[in-house]
Amino acid sequence: MRALMTTLILAATLCLAGADWTQFRGADTSGVAPDQNLPIEIGPSIAWTTELPGRGLSGPIVVGNRVYLTASSGYAQDRLHVLCFDTDSGKPLWERQFWATGRTMCHPKMSNATPTPASDGERIFAFYSSNDLICLDLDGNLQWFRGLNHDYQNASNSLGMSSSPIVVGDTLIVQVENDSQSLAFGIDVATGENRWKHDRPVMVNWTSPILLRGKSRSDDLAVLQSGKGLVAVQPRTGAEVWRYDEPCDTIPSAAVTDGVLYAPSKGLTALQPDAQGGSPKVLWQESRLKPITPTAIAYDARVYSIASSGVLHCADTANGKGLWQMRLMVEIGDKPSRGMFSATPVAAGGHLYIVNEDGVLMVVKAGGEKGEIVAHHEFGETILASPAIANGALYLRSDQHLWKIARR
Amino acid sequence: MLLRFTLRAGCGVALLLAVSAMLSGAELSETLKTIKSVGPEGKGNAQAAAAWKQLAAGRASSIPTILAALDDANPLAANYLRNAIETIAQRELQQEGKLPAAELEAFLKETRHEPRARRLAFDLLARADKTAPDRLIPGMLNDSSVELRRDAVQRLIAQGDKQFAQQKPDDAKATFAAALAGARDDDQVQIIKKRLEGLGEKVDLPRHFGFLMTWQLVAPFDNTEKKGLNTVYPPEQGIDLNAEYEGKEGMKIRWSPHTTDNEYGIVDVAKALSSFKGAVSYATTEFVSDKEQPVELRLGTPNSWKVWLNGELLFSREEYHRGMSLDQYKMRGTLHPGRNVILVKVCQNEQKEEWAQRWQFQLRVCDAAGTAVLSADRAGK
Repeated sequence: MRALMTTLILAATLCLAGADWTQFRGADTSGVAPDQNLPIEIGPSIAWTTELPGRGLSGPIVVGNRVYLTASSGYAQDRLHVLCFDTDSGKPLWERQFWATGRTMCHPKMSNATPTPASDGERIFAFYSSNDLICLDLDGNLQWFRGLNHDYQNASNSLGMSSSPIVVGDTLIVQVENDSQSLAFGIDVATGENRWKHDRPVMVNWTSPILLRGKSRSDDLAVLQSGKGLVAVQPRTGAEVWRYDEPCDTIPSAAVTDGVLYAPSKGLTALQPDAQGGSPKVLWQESRLKPITPTAIAYDARVYSIASSGVLHCADTANGKGLWQMRLMVEIGDKPSRGMFSATPVAAGGHLYIVNEDGVLMVVKAGGEKGEIVAHHEFGETILASPAIANGALYLRSDQHLWKIARR
Repeated sequence: MLLRFTLRAGCGVALLLAVSAMLSGAELSETLKTIKSVGPEGKGNAQAAAAWKQLAAGRASSIPTILAALDDANPLAANYLRNAIETIAQRELQQEGKLPAAELEAFLKETRHEPRARRLAFDLLARADKTAPDRLIPGMLNDSSVELRRDAVQRLIAQGDKQFAQQKPDDAKATFAAALAGARDDDQVQIIKKRLEGLGEKVDLPRHFGFLMTWQLVAPFDNTEKKGLNTVYPPEQGIDLNAEYEGKEGMKIRWSPHTTDNEYGIVDVAKALSSFKGAVSYATTEFVSDKEQPVELRLGTPNSWKVWLNGELLFSREEYHRGMSLDQYKMRGTLHPGRNVILVKVCQNEQKEEWAQRWQFQLRVCDAAGTAVLSADRAGK
């Protein structure tokens, strides 16, 4: 009985306090955090603001009491920065710089520091549009360095690359896909050496790998998305487990929760992977749920996607039936906010946190019979990076600043 | 237990520091050699990581030696070395509050060293000696480091603006002209050009950047279903400007001269010939060099392409309509004394969207810092 009570108390504490946010869309790539205590009113909850060098569209990650971030600077965006801050104070703890070894050209809206870094809890894996991959320990000591465009000289995209690597077990999954030389890698986190390298569809692709949880950690799979479909692979060997051969979008990635994938295919397609390794079962398809740039998010039996013009759709995860839709718009001064969104939403504590490109963060009540923006805050800077939620706080970055938002 | 671990870890770090601090010259050399052996696909990573630990535990006095190792380090190894230097510098500044400023300045001033290593030396020096930027940057207008040069140019732009505001147009004109001579980054060149033209001066951008303006063009060869990039058409087997070829759909096609008047050297194939779709074009020109010299050929194009220098393929890339920019692709080559032949293959696909109609390229010849290398027979001064 005492053990049960202890477990329950621990679980409740974890839910209140939250957990680390170790990669794009969090440790399980769902975009959902267990935190129950995030603030609703943003302005009064800004715990600290710190200045950043250069530019960056990568999201922050959080490991313990440190937040890690990447940036790139210089006329050619060829100076790569890895930054570490104290989560309590926002004080910079260390910064390391590197020289890009790959092509740095990208669309003016992007920057070299577009992919979100990842961590296995012991190491930081910083990845850039130039396909430079840097592994540091948590104190900034270099463990290894890879130049994937240096190694594979046509593995680049003149518009820039954005796929964020993820850690599955002790393998880092990296997608480098474009019109010329498309590759996916399983990289040994300890040495930086290739465990496997796959040729991938030769076409542009800005999506990120997805973590599909198995019954145990050793059953976890990595799902690779491209314009040709989805492929689930064993992280250590790269062996294919199943595939879905219908075209998928090449900007938003698939959402995942409770073992179901919500792929941006034919609008949005819910897929139930077959535990035996067969093709995944199509649960439903709904064309009206097609996400444009941000990845959809599944949260508390609802799936949300942002369509063109900034319309947020909410549907039932069971059948894809639309429940409500609303325009993500608030009054800024005497003008309506614009409907341009790049950052993928995140969710916790019964709310979605959605930021538009003009830096207006909207807090949307999740669920319900109609959409409701319960609070918003204007940061006044362009924001294209997805936020992080960790240990009771929300972290958000622009080119110039990193903010921590938490209840006081 | 925790205390024991802390003591053990602390002793370990101290021991490592002591061992590293005692690295002999030969050991340091071997450590650097191990790191410089790191190669593609993670080869040598494990050995480099072990060597890095020894190197990064060293004292500030080892920084100039590590900086010098950057002179012949490959791009991957260079980042190991850079990180070791930064790690040492951060620790030394925290513990000792100083860096070897005199040695860093001496390294910076030795221009035979690798440009980025010198910039790193400057960045460290600026942290140790706050007077360094004002003392040193103004003299770096023609530095081999593009970043150091950029800082010097920026100061001259500010100085020219100040002179102009003080109604000293002749002084401003001279300052902007000096700034232009040093400028290699297009954003700065654009600013200076605008200022100089406002003062009645002309700026020859093709000459400044070294764009190749005069070409012979031939098209269309077939690129249906994007199969043309890797199809060897006659111009790749030998250039005969008097030849007639069978082109796409049986068209009889010949070389025709073309000189672009675009100030960024853009050759618009669609305008110069015709806006063929699913087509391959070739462009060739001669470049006269008065000596054997390494150069960079820098290409910009939104199309798939190949470039040859004197028959040697420098690079090939398949990518359509993902943007075009100055210096989009950089290729190294060697010019021979006398006439050199440059051949460019530029392919257009069959996309019909309005944004997918560009069929063009720009090419310039320059050194590693982006300073124009001009053909000896180029007209004008």
